[in-house]
Amino acid sequence: MRLPLLALLARGPAHGYELKQDLEQLLGSAYPQPNVGQIYVTLGRLEKTGLIEGEEVEQSSRPNKKIYHLTDAGREELRAWYEETADEPRVRDEFFMKLALAPQTGLADQIALINKQRRQYLTTMRDLSKLAAAENRDNRVAHLLIEGAMLHLQADLDWLERCQEELEELE
Amino acid sequence: MNDSPAPVLRAEGLVKTHHGEGAPAHAVRGVDLRVRQGEFVAITGPSGAGKSTLLHLLGGLQRPDGGSIWLDGERSDTWSEARWAVERRKRIGIVFQFFNLVSDLSVADNVELPALLAGVSPRQARAEREGLLAELGMTGKERSMPGELSGGEQQRVALARALVNHPPLLLADEPAGSLDSKGTREVTRLLSRFHQRGQTIVLVTHDARLASSADRVISFFDGRIADDAELDSTPSRGTGISGVLELRD
Repeated sequence: MRLPLLALLARGPAHGYELKQDLEQLLGSAYPQPNVGQIYVTLGRLEKTGLIEGEEVEQSSRPNKKIYHLTDAGREELRAWYEETADEPRVRDEFFMKLALAPQTGLADQIALINKQRRQYLTTMRDLSKLAAAENRDNRVAHLLIEGAMLHLQADLDWLERCQEELEELE
Repeated sequence: MNDSPAPVLRAEGLVKTHHGEGAPAHAVRGVDLRVRQGEFVAITGPSGAGKSTLLHLLGGLQRPDGGSIWLDGERSDTWSEARWAVERRKRIGIVFQFFNLVSDLSVADNVELPALLAGVSPRQARAEREGLLAELGMTGKERSMPGELSGGEQQRVALARALVNHPPLLLADEPAGSLDSKGTREVTRLLSRFHQRGQTIVLVTHDARLASSADRVISFFDGRIADDAELDSTPSRGTGISGVLELRD
């Protein structure tokens, strides 16, 4: 959450609730609703480390609100973020260890494990399809996020298929 | 048996072996299957698992070496080629990976032809064609030739052709197999829409995105059904969509 908040503040000063709304607008229903409490906590930490600065603004009928802006250090941090490439996605390591160790435990059948895992992925894939169908067609960012998740799941499903092919040959 | 209506499709003990050069290939090795009215079933599995052969057996495009098939309770594996050709026009619509449109007929003629062959009046065939093409977003392309259309558009025409006689059963063999990601999404959306209106569909695909639009997914390995899962009845464990969508630093 840290760096996306910095990135949102690169455009100009904003208060916490505005940042939450910006995130929602950008990512649509695809993104699990950002928790406003979590946003305030993160903003507090960013301020403590000097990446942003907050300024209290008095409001007549409500409590004061704090408007944050990016500091030079914050802008530097953000620039460094854009310099780096992101890490690769990871293989489903926990499932893989389960599968690899199943024969020696005598507690689970490998093909049954694969079938069970596939059902879960397919159900999630179906939920993602529904989410995509419900999302506003014009929100391209949200659709790309959902499509990315679906393509990752597709890769995991293809990989389960490979595991099954190899293991059935051994039987 | 109970009083529930006969399944749209039933198969028992289906076997098919291909005898080509080299060792015989056991494409389908004893498959039992029931598809109820209104169901959307996807058959997935690696290429060479025999899933397309299975679909071809169900649609009478290939003959089983053993086992039986019933369409709406009527035994169909004993039908002659000629009988199959007639029954397929009315009872089964089929879409293929490479669309199989008649290349020197216009879009409109491709869609109307099966209706005319089934004895529908030209006027009625035209009305059906207009309705389907409008529904599939292809209005204005009636006079185009298949070669002038994108893959996604050709598949929409093929879908209109398959559905023009309102067959109780739609078979789809890798309908997105030669389409890009956008075309795949389009086909997925259209199949879901027809299914919501009650169309029974059996789909063969290796694309999990497409398969997950079905309400039942059969995993096919090495000529056999390895798993048969109703998707909605399986509670999603784990983190589900929020887990796969979560964006982290």
